[in-house]
Amino acid sequence: MSLADKDRIFTNVYGFQDWGLQAAQARGDWDNTKKLMEVGQDAIIDEIKASGLRGRGGAGFPTGMKWSFMPKESKDGRPSFLVINADESEPGSCKDREIIRHDPHKLVEGALIAGFAMRARAAYIYIRGEYIREAETLFAAVEQAYDAGLLGKNAAGSGYDFDVYVHRGAGAYICGEETAMIESLEGKKGQPRLKPPFPAGAGLYGCPTTVNNVESIAVVPTILRRGASWFSSFGRENNKGTKLFQISGHVNKPCVVEEAMSITFEELIEKHCGGIRGGWDNLLAVIPGGSSVPLVPGEQIRNAFMDFDGLKELGSGLGTAGVIVMDKSTDVVRAISRLSYFYKHESCGQCTPCREGTGWMWRVMKRLETGDAEIEEIDMLHQVTKQVEGHTICALGDAAAWPIQGLIKHFRPEIERRITERAGAMQEAAE
Amino acid sequence: MAARKIAPDTPELRAQWGSWTFNEETKAKADKAIARYPEGRQRSATMPLLDYAQRQVGAETNTQGWLPLPVIEYVAAYLDQPVIRVLEVATFYTMYNLEPVGKFHVQVCGTTPCMLRGSDDIIAACKARGMKAGHVSDDGLWSFTEVECMGNCATAPMVQINDDNYEDLTAERMDAVLDALARGEQPKTGTQEPGRHTSEPANALSNLTQMVEENHDYRGEW
Repeated sequence: MSLADKDRIFTNVYGFQDWGLQAAQARGDWDNTKKLMEVGQDAIIDEIKASGLRGRGGAGFPTGMKWSFMPKESKDGRPSFLVINADESEPGSCKDREIIRHDPHKLVEGALIAGFAMRARAAYIYIRGEYIREAETLFAAVEQAYDAGLLGKNAAGSGYDFDVYVHRGAGAYICGEETAMIESLEGKKGQPRLKPPFPAGAGLYGCPTTVNNVESIAVVPTILRRGASWFSSFGRENNKGTKLFQISGHVNKPCVVEEAMSITFEELIEKHCGGIRGGWDNLLAVIPGGSSVPLVPGEQIRNAFMDFDGLKELGSGLGTAGVIVMDKSTDVVRAISRLSYFYKHESCGQCTPCREGTGWMWRVMKRLETGDAEIEEIDMLHQVTKQVEGHTICALGDAAAWPIQGLIKHFRPEIERRITERAGAMQEAAE
Repeated sequence: MAARKIAPDTPELRAQWGSWTFNEETKAKADKAIARYPEGRQRSATMPLLDYAQRQVGAETNTQGWLPLPVIEYVAAYLDQPVIRVLEVATFYTMYNLEPVGKFHVQVCGTTPCMLRGSDDIIAACKARGMKAGHVSDDGLWSFTEVECMGNCATAPMVQINDDNYEDLTAERMDAVLDALARGEQPKTGTQEPGRHTSEPANALSNLTQMVEENHDYRGEW
């Protein structure tokens, strides 16, 4: 059974209607926000915990639990901050953009409620620099909220003072990593910090900070309005709720769509994407959660549950639910090699295994595209991915390693075929 | 890492940009940006100020704008920061142009989701017009960069030209956009697919159909 329209949180996700405050209020946003906050901070956190909401930015950490790590009172006078991660840059991901440009008040209202629950004094929304028009909308939405008394002193009549600020990035994928984002907000290069200390102890300006994804925050008001049990009625155990899926690549109708968690891949594609280009027999492979997760061969994913555990069982992950579909016309080695170039380009340069490794891996991948390599180099490449993975401050090194590992695991015969064929052609030319 | 280097610090550069300052409009925006951060944390405003500076340079040169070294130094002084603190930010983030660009900065996404939908053709259409990376066309109109994922994957392939995105491209649609810009017109932004609004399933809306005609309130059905 698929999700009914009445149970969709982002009803204006396609932007058929106005994003502005009045239209958003007519759809139910900012409806007696004060009452939602009156239950108190701990009750809000408990409700979010009970809803089973897991972070929508990729890692899937339980949102309510993350909030509970924030100090309940400031013993030394340091304020707390909420940082909202709108640096959506993971190849295949394009959901936060739709929230921001078409339903921004869900995010702004969520920022107030979440910030209140974790006892923050302000929220900074870090939006990627390339989202230029989207940032204009977001700035305007925040201003509308201030003008209506929904933010600032006594926000929404709640008696709580809360500010929301927008900060634009300037083109660096790495700033989506939470500590790099904090560095960037402080006006520095976006190079991740070592943890510990974790942001909840010392984050932005050395103050307690929680970093949450846009979608995780924007669903909060609706969860509180409809109750944790409503949200947790969707999806399998441990994988609750609704989720924005983003389907790109070789489907007939690529789109962004909100669906129930744990929908099967086949249902998602058939219901919303008009099927696989050329039919199911033409499906080669799928990257189900944004470029950082390993690909899954087509025959394995058809009946898979699109949730954290279902995709983990297939050796991949839900990530951001950016589903990249590849049919049999795809040069799969090149598809992954292009991702290797992406990670090489986006490595911040701080850790040697990543700075040097991403370039090295890309150069070998480039040769594997044409088969200009020795068979032994496949194992060598795999070994190098293992030397990068887990040996860097942040997960970019892992993210660069996994797509290549997935390729070697599932498409080794194809890589070997290219090498053998090229060697054969060279041999013939020599004779 | 992305290969980034600043334009050489020559006497000509100094002569042209040495006395550059924010104009009144930029100054107002800059002060507003600084006020978004706590007292004494004005360094946080480095990124917005560099963006405003680049935009002002762009307006003055009728291009997308770039950051000559004296402009970077001016921003550092404005924020009471050492020059290196601002310079390292300018060289780290790829949206700051470190060399002059054309009136239109054509940034075609070439990452895998766009590649699967035909970004090779879009890049070829640009190259056929003589665009190439790191080069401004002779008429001063075009600069070209193949960029990494821009987050428009469900409407791929796409190009960002200055502040606007053009999505669901084919080589012909790309040519039409570039031709219009060259004529001084503003083409329709967003998706170029006939009948498509934004990122919904094109011409086959599978959900939220009531939202098309009216601002539907679903709360009555909860």
